[in-house]
Amino acid sequence: MSTVSQHPPGDFWEVEPHHHHEGASTGIGFWVYLMSDCLMFAVLFAVFGVLGSSYAAGPGPKDLFDLELVALNTAFLLLSSITYGFAMLAMVKGRKGGTLGWLGVTLVFGLAFLAVELYEFHHLIHLGAGPQRSAFLSAFFALVGTHGLHVAFGCLWLVTLMIQVGQRGLIDANRRRLSCLSMFWHFLDVIWIGVFTFVYLLGMI
Amino acid sequence: MAIPSDIPTTFLLGRLDWHAIPADPIVWVTGVVVAIGGAWLMWMLIKHRLLGYLWHEWFTSVDHKKIGIMYVVLALVMFVRGFADAIMMRLQQVLAFNGSEGYLNAHHYDQIFSAHGVIMIFFVAMPFVTGLMNFVVPLQIGARDVSFPFLNNFSFWMTVGGAVLVMMSLFVGEFAQTGWLAFPPLSGIGYSPYVGVDYYIWGLQVAGVGTTLSGINLLVTIIKMRAPGMTMMRMPIFTWTALCTNILIVASFPVLTATLVLLSLDRYVGTNFFTNDLGGNAMMYVNLIWIWGHPEVYILILPLFGVYSEVVATFTGKRLFGYTSMVYATVCITILSYLVWLHHFFTMGSGASVNSFFGITTMIISVPTGAKIFNWLFTMYRSRIRFELPMMWTIAFMLTFVIGGMTGVLLAVPPADFVLHNSLFLVAHFHNVIIGGVLFGLFAAVYYWWPKAFGFRLDPFWGKVSFWFWVVGFWVAFAPLYILGLMGVTRRVRVFDDPSLQIWFGIAAFGAVLIAIGIAAMFIQFGVSIRNRDALRDETGDPWDGRTLEWATSSPPPAYNFAFTPVSHGLDAWWDMKRFGQTRPRATYVPIHMPKNTGAGVIIAGLATVCGFALVWYIWWLAALSFAGVVIASIVHTFNYARDYHIPAEEVRETEDARDRQLASVGA
Repeated sequence: MSTVSQHPPGDFWEVEPHHHHEGASTGIGFWVYLMSDCLMFAVLFAVFGVLGSSYAAGPGPKDLFDLELVALNTAFLLLSSITYGFAMLAMVKGRKGGTLGWLGVTLVFGLAFLAVELYEFHHLIHLGAGPQRSAFLSAFFALVGTHGLHVAFGCLWLVTLMIQVGQRGLIDANRRRLSCLSMFWHFLDVIWIGVFTFVYLLGMI
Repeated sequence: MAIPSDIPTTFLLGRLDWHAIPADPIVWVTGVVVAIGGAWLMWMLIKHRLLGYLWHEWFTSVDHKKIGIMYVVLALVMFVRGFADAIMMRLQQVLAFNGSEGYLNAHHYDQIFSAHGVIMIFFVAMPFVTGLMNFVVPLQIGARDVSFPFLNNFSFWMTVGGAVLVMMSLFVGEFAQTGWLAFPPLSGIGYSPYVGVDYYIWGLQVAGVGTTLSGINLLVTIIKMRAPGMTMMRMPIFTWTALCTNILIVASFPVLTATLVLLSLDRYVGTNFFTNDLGGNAMMYVNLIWIWGHPEVYILILPLFGVYSEVVATFTGKRLFGYTSMVYATVCITILSYLVWLHHFFTMGSGASVNSFFGITTMIISVPTGAKIFNWLFTMYRSRIRFELPMMWTIAFMLTFVIGGMTGVLLAVPPADFVLHNSLFLVAHFHNVIIGGVLFGLFAAVYYWWPKAFGFRLDPFWGKVSFWFWVVGFWVAFAPLYILGLMGVTRRVRVFDDPSLQIWFGIAAFGAVLIAIGIAAMFIQFGVSIRNRDALRDETGDPWDGRTLEWATSSPPPAYNFAFTPVSHGLDAWWDMKRFGQTRPRATYVPIHMPKNTGAGVIIAGLATVCGFALVWYIWWLAALSFAGVVIASIVHTFNYARDYHIPAEEVRETEDARDRQLASVGA
């Protein structure tokens, strides 16, 4: 092989130890997880798309949905995203108290959202429009319920992180965790906008 | 749909009572054999004081190499179970002629073909492939571990948890009698009221969490942890195929998870996703599960395409022909794998246009696959091929897989599929590609990387015995199924009326016996090689004159893989190092930062498995308790911030000095 160059193109080993930035993969790893979660929601949206008008002679969206209540709930969730953003700003400035305070406000909004959603579910079941009634209602409860379950886990995670920030302060590990939960929380917001549009608004047309 | 409640349940044990023990002597005998074997194994472990060693060095290990090896051990154990199911089916089908009912009743036989498929795909092929990627990828990219070492350990134990649930169904209750994809309405509560489908669901869900997380982990590892200089187009081809496979895992397993959640809601809550009444749509399940299922096929085969590429380049001593086209072919297959799912049910009746679309996309996939075959052939062309075992398996693969691929293209023609749908021709086709493609590749990989994993080669004589019995046995076992399928014999049939078919089932059963000898020879080979390990020792770390970075370190590699980070200047980084006479540096060693072992993965996965079991049997209090346990244990684990330690520089120096002495002893 005459074309092979005889001189090595450079060093083949890094003798100087280079530090792998700790947690450098966490952001992208969590992002990839979110995308896989997003696919799960995609399936549920698709299922709702297929079954969304299979009322089985039962109630449809217009008989069931209270848009004002859902608008209130949407406001809770969107506001919680803003307050989480304030928590992250406080974190960047290194203000532990401010971070914890805004996380607390976020938690209150998250719990309020869950409370309204549970009330809505309870009301529907009470009306005889539970998930067993028709394929439409099965798909509705599965999609909205899965989102609600995510918010519930987000709240649990939020409490855990508040304790950890309280204990150890805004150390690097906690900052990474706060960023992950931030992505998760905003992601749930985006999903909710999809739910609000496709399930509630389009259902009322 | 209302859930029938004629199965008695109690608060304490749910549906679990003495009736759960199957009234079947075959199961009893198996149970006794397994119990004796398990007790003996436990006794030996206690006698040789190995339990502590296993726990500290393996079960709690976050070392990607050890986790990879444990995945492969799991796959081999489950492979024996899956193959036992295959032999039972072959025996049943050859006996059940001329008025004979065979020796298996319908209830048992239906469980066996369902369990065979589930086990072979989810608990043999998947862990085998995942284990392989786990072991090889970090070494090939010059990394010290994966991105998330704890998650890796946890993923493995979730896979084990799923396998435990499926195995448990053999002795406690029953397994699904629905086929390996559990189509509703058959898998609904109305037609499958007992625990079989629930075992299926929770076994797959528990294992599925592990698979998804391990997919994310390896994907991020390949993106973030590559050695300096290793650009995307300098990645070893196996790493490329692993990257595409993990993308497919992350982008398809959530679909399976969601689909099975909906099926379980139908079964547990009484919703109407896939029911026959109140607006349910069973074909939606079939669509959804194949939207996962077809990418799954490529999750299994792509890494093995990578293995064949590495093997061909190594044993011909040449750079892989058409590396770039190989990469693009892999990426094309990754994308196309999402556009073909409907070919699994052309007979659904979606009409000529839809069927044509999916028929054509399916045929298009054979183009990049064909490009790969030609790349391997051109690499081999006019080279000095060394016919070691990995290369033999690769050639057997090419000959076998091409036939399987062509029958696949044949099935992709919708009118032909209407004739062959659900027939033994289909069964022969997918065994042709999965055995001839995935399994042969896994064997090639085991022979290729075994010396790297354990520091000694495998005995070639028993390997060749295994090879010939396997390859010949495969064709004897499956060629008759092609013929039977063309004659119109459908799959999953337990008894036959037409006596003229019996001879073909006889030949197929004989083929299965040949394969059994091949499997036995492989296990004998492992035993013989372990006994003769000193004679088979690989002192160089590079027994095959390899090309990629895993051969740059010792066999087996130290815990930290590389004392200094390798730098890549082109494809085949290790080949370049050898060419330019570059040896390992002996600069001042520094402490190496590594993740600490933890038992959290075993504990959380164990609790998840208990939760799955409780849900199968409607033991609600236990399900709630163990689920709360999973959540609490996970939260407690996040309070542990001290997850790493440093290997002292002194220890690194001793390890590297020992390696120098080892190399000097063989004059390398």
